[in-house]
Amino acid sequence: MLKDFVNRIRLLLWAGAALGLAIVCTVVFLLTVLGFPLVVVWVGIPLLFAMIVTLRPIANVHRRYAGALIGREVGSPYLRPTGGNLLLRLRGLLVDPATWRDLAWLAVNGTVGLVLCIVGIVEGILDLIFWWLPPGMMVRVHAYLACALLAPNERTSLAQRVQQLTESRAETVDTSAAELRRIERDLHDGAQARLVALGMSLGLAEEQLARDPDSARALLAEARETSSAALAELRDLVRGIHPPVLADRGLVGAVRALCLAAPIPIEVTDDLRGRLPAPVESAAYFALAEAVTNVIKHSGATAASVRIEHREGLLRLQVSDDGAGGADESRGTGLRGIGRRLSAFDGGLDVTSPAGGPTVVTMTLPCTA
Amino acid sequence: MRVVIAEDLALLRDGLIRLLEAHDFEVVEAVDNGPSLLRALTTHRPDVAVVDVRLPPTFTDEGLRAAIEARAQLPGLPVLVLSQYVEQLYARELLADRSGGVGYLLKDRVFNVGQFIDAVRQVAAGGTAMDPEVVAQLLTRRSAADEPITTLTPRERDVLGLMAEGRSNAAIAARLFITEKAVSKHTNSIFTRLALPPSEDDNRRVLAVLAYLNG
Repeated sequence: MLKDFVNRIRLLLWAGAALGLAIVCTVVFLLTVLGFPLVVVWVGIPLLFAMIVTLRPIANVHRRYAGALIGREVGSPYLRPTGGNLLLRLRGLLVDPATWRDLAWLAVNGTVGLVLCIVGIVEGILDLIFWWLPPGMMVRVHAYLACALLAPNERTSLAQRVQQLTESRAETVDTSAAELRRIERDLHDGAQARLVALGMSLGLAEEQLARDPDSARALLAEARETSSAALAELRDLVRGIHPPVLADRGLVGAVRALCLAAPIPIEVTDDLRGRLPAPVESAAYFALAEAVTNVIKHSGATAASVRIEHREGLLRLQVSDDGAGGADESRGTGLRGIGRRLSAFDGGLDVTSPAGGPTVVTMTLPCTA
Repeated sequence: MRVVIAEDLALLRDGLIRLLEAHDFEVVEAVDNGPSLLRALTTHRPDVAVVDVRLPPTFTDEGLRAAIEARAQLPGLPVLVLSQYVEQLYARELLADRSGGVGYLLKDRVFNVGQFIDAVRQVAAGGTAMDPEVVAQLLTRRSAADEPITTLTPRERDVLGLMAEGRSNAAIAARLFITEKAVSKHTNSIFTRLALPPSEDDNRRVLAVLAYLNG
């Protein structure tokens, strides 16, 4: 009874707030309409920009409240804002289809919505008196109207998807170019240089063999050591490109081998049947390797576990530890690197790490095979 | 001593044959793929086999699998596995049957001919020869507190590490600048701490190394 009463009060208050917002909407709408012709004399540019930017939080409040009222979550349809000067940013806002839908809703909410809110307030007051009537009819109609116009539709979802794919593609290209540069540099400064030194030692030894066998022997020993060092460098390089154990044993075997070499005990469990496609295997391995390195370097954990699951076309990788927690996705370059690596495969990264631990890093990769 | 060699690169295969024959080994067969390796091992029953991990047809860990399979049929068949890289995982798998006669070395160890030939002989005699890199990986590991391996003193760990590499007591003594008597005192203490029952010294050494790898 009391709960019902509180609910009625809440609906009435929301109707009041919505009325206030609807009035703001009317003003914003009028100023926006005014802004378009004023673009010719430049004043319109900052005006339009300011109006669209003001509009978004108002629309977001409606998304949240309307969604809560009719019991479904209404996502945000906006593209990530572009940088640059005011004109470029305004352009970015105007090519976003969500902006135009917002404007359409603005027009409706500033007129029909305004009336609905006024009726809603009247109804809200009546609902308090006639307590047997079902409350909040008008507020609900208003919420459906907002949802219909503000929820992401196919067009805005596609625009978001295109933006996301463009960004992840650019990042992938950048990362692989940087990776190739690193490999080139490693080969040039490492194995290649050592092979040159090896050749020189052998040449000198050849020259001195008859005259000074002792120094020739010393040079040969040096050549042998140099070739070992070159091999060691090539081994490290190969491990960084595609670990041989991954080629031999697949994801689970390679992760087990990795965890065996860790200074803390790490348990590896899985439900994989057979091998995954090579690109997924490699991406998953390096993401897990980075996550495990993070555990060892930063968490101070005494034990950790890795879980690998493949269900319904989704590969799920989870790394948990009993360490100090407080890992932050936005700060650690390690975690950001994992996110970037996974985004190229349309994967996701989720980190829960309260201060004091435990930390759980969950990575997902679509994988239909 | 009769040897079977498995290596798919002709250049390295010929090098190994030359090297082993120069040290009085008789190379009874040199093969270049996994299936013929298994056949050669079971028909020739050599005194020792020198096997590359990566072999055709799969170019993955064919050699390792063939060696393990052959040892399942002929328990204790001595096998020295060579590889471009070493993984603790593979070392454990090789030692899992607990019968010794196992070696696992990086290919570059062949450059030091004397040490390599020692390792081959050590394996043929039923001992172990683990690559120093496998042993080094173990040193970075922190074992769970309740495992017997944690009761070893640092010196005993050093001795056990060198034992895993397949060194004799004399070689360990020389390396650590202690007397041979001190080394055998350490090894006995290691056997006791790891609760290894009295048996032939060689077998206990293998079991101790195994405990070390699993620790």
